[in-house]
Amino acid sequence: MVNNPLTKNIDMSRPPFDIAAYEAAEGYQSIRKIAGTLSADDVLQQVKDSGLKGRGGAGFPTGLKWSFVPSGDNTPAQKYLVVNADEMEPGTFKDRLLMEGDPHLLIEGMFIAAYTIQASKAYIFLRGEYTKSELILKKAIGEAYDKGYLGKNILNSGFDLDIILHTSAGRYICGEETALLNALEGKRATPRAKPPFPQVSGLWGKPTIVNNVETICNLPGIISYGNEWYHGLTKGDDHGTKLCGVSGKVKNPGCWELPMGTPIRDLLEGFAGGMQEGSELRGFLPGGGSTDFLLPEHLDLPLDYGAIGKAGSRLGTGTMIILDDKTCPVGMVGNLMKFFAQESCGFCTPCRDGLPWVDAIFKDFEAGRGTEKDLAILHDHVDYLGPGRTFCALAPGATAPLGSGLKHFKEDFEQHIKEKRCPYRA
Amino acid sequence: MTDQNLKRSNNLIASNVTQARKLTAEEISEIEHEKTLYPDNRAVGLEALKIVQKLQGWVSDESLLAIASYLDLSASELEGVATFFNLIYRKQVGKNVMLFCDSVSCWIMGCDDIKQHISEALEIDYGETSKDGDFTLLPVPCLGDCDRAPVMMVGPDLHRNLTPEKINEIILEYRNK
Repeated sequence: MVNNPLTKNIDMSRPPFDIAAYEAAEGYQSIRKIAGTLSADDVLQQVKDSGLKGRGGAGFPTGLKWSFVPSGDNTPAQKYLVVNADEMEPGTFKDRLLMEGDPHLLIEGMFIAAYTIQASKAYIFLRGEYTKSELILKKAIGEAYDKGYLGKNILNSGFDLDIILHTSAGRYICGEETALLNALEGKRATPRAKPPFPQVSGLWGKPTIVNNVETICNLPGIISYGNEWYHGLTKGDDHGTKLCGVSGKVKNPGCWELPMGTPIRDLLEGFAGGMQEGSELRGFLPGGGSTDFLLPEHLDLPLDYGAIGKAGSRLGTGTMIILDDKTCPVGMVGNLMKFFAQESCGFCTPCRDGLPWVDAIFKDFEAGRGTEKDLAILHDHVDYLGPGRTFCALAPGATAPLGSGLKHFKEDFEQHIKEKRCPYRA
Repeated sequence: MTDQNLKRSNNLIASNVTQARKLTAEEISEIEHEKTLYPDNRAVGLEALKIVQKLQGWVSDESLLAIASYLDLSASELEGVATFFNLIYRKQVGKNVMLFCDSVSCWIMGCDDIKQHISEALEIDYGETSKDGDFTLLPVPCLGDCDRAPVMMVGPDLHRNLTPEKINEIILEYRNK
């Protein structure tokens, strides 16, 4: 049995499998299994029992998310599945690997998700810059139609599914699921109020599920090989495998599929080869730009949602960004604040006005004009922009590296004030 | 407003439906195809902006008005959408658009120096176009290729592990295309 279901077909030195090669590698088995014997409720139960949690960053149980979609006779005829392929979290490069490395896995997973909620239309919301992913997915979708895995009455199951590839026109906020729905509808991508949740009233007011690419790619294995196999993959508390990446000054930056619960040390020192010569580990963001800094003392934590949560951060997207001892932590947080300030959609006041204020203070620190009063204002913003204060999760995401950076690298901020310059610059 | 004043203000910004240009047959055929994929014209509006940009290089006032008129959308709402998305260009851009990643992993790997090299070589900053009209430089959020940082896109192509030498080669390559 495979132990790397997400990447077993991926070899980036050659083009991805076409549909014949994918089928020969046990691909599209789950559709045959479902079309013959499984009801939508059966599949929902199996995904619930698998313990799969969303891989987009929030880690919400996938089966539970699906179960909020109204089912039965008195529900809207049109429901939608939307795949969030708008990968734009700073330091995150995992969904690109899946789409460019094995596009049919995503299509097979989309069938499973769409069948479960009985959605006959699915959109892939792909970020516009992923031009190679677009070409590869287009070709794969065409092949799947030709083989009858998409279209009308798929394998005589009585179920129809169309997949539409939508390329986006930019903006980080589109990764927020309700902003994404507005963008798909051709509106400005500002987030919507919740409730109603998309599961009840989403795309064009119809029941809609939005799932991340990696989440969807977990589904074919769960259905084809079963939960006993799926539960055997992990080394920790959460189930399955996770794409984990490392970027920054390490010897061998990259992205690998690892069992959930793998110690961070194995990822950083094993797969990524440890720090480059002359660089030492200072800290790291465990799962993209919206997660709190962890420190070298956290290296033996397992890559699990719970364990990293307990340490005060989040597993997030699972792609780590490394801070080394030659890189200025104030500059690194400042870079992230510039990003979040620029990408605020401008809809709610704390985010629209607060983040540019924070960004301006970091620019002052960079220029040697930072003061103790500025530092106090930054601390205030960790609270002003935190969870519950803003309309969506963008600004609270920004407070994760901000708050933890202020705490863990206090002496660096102080040094900028005292020396009236960035001490990391020659 | 006198006729002359009206004429002058209309010359400043094309805002009147009579100033719309005619969409080409190719644009119309692609827009009609998008209509089969989305249930309403509003969603098609954003697709139409992308189509026009693909064929014309950017979205001029006259193009935006033409789309609004063709799809029966409010021109101001469509403008609100067009200016929200950073990959819709409402100003003329050069032959090649450089989307330069300045997010955190690229920053750690030294993208500031690379950006300075581009700026010096082409004598442009963010948002500007080189004198010969060959390149426009724009910042872009994390391009999702962080293990090969620093990275940037030129047109549809991704370029990785950038160095000043590589930048010189890239500039030559696209100039000669």
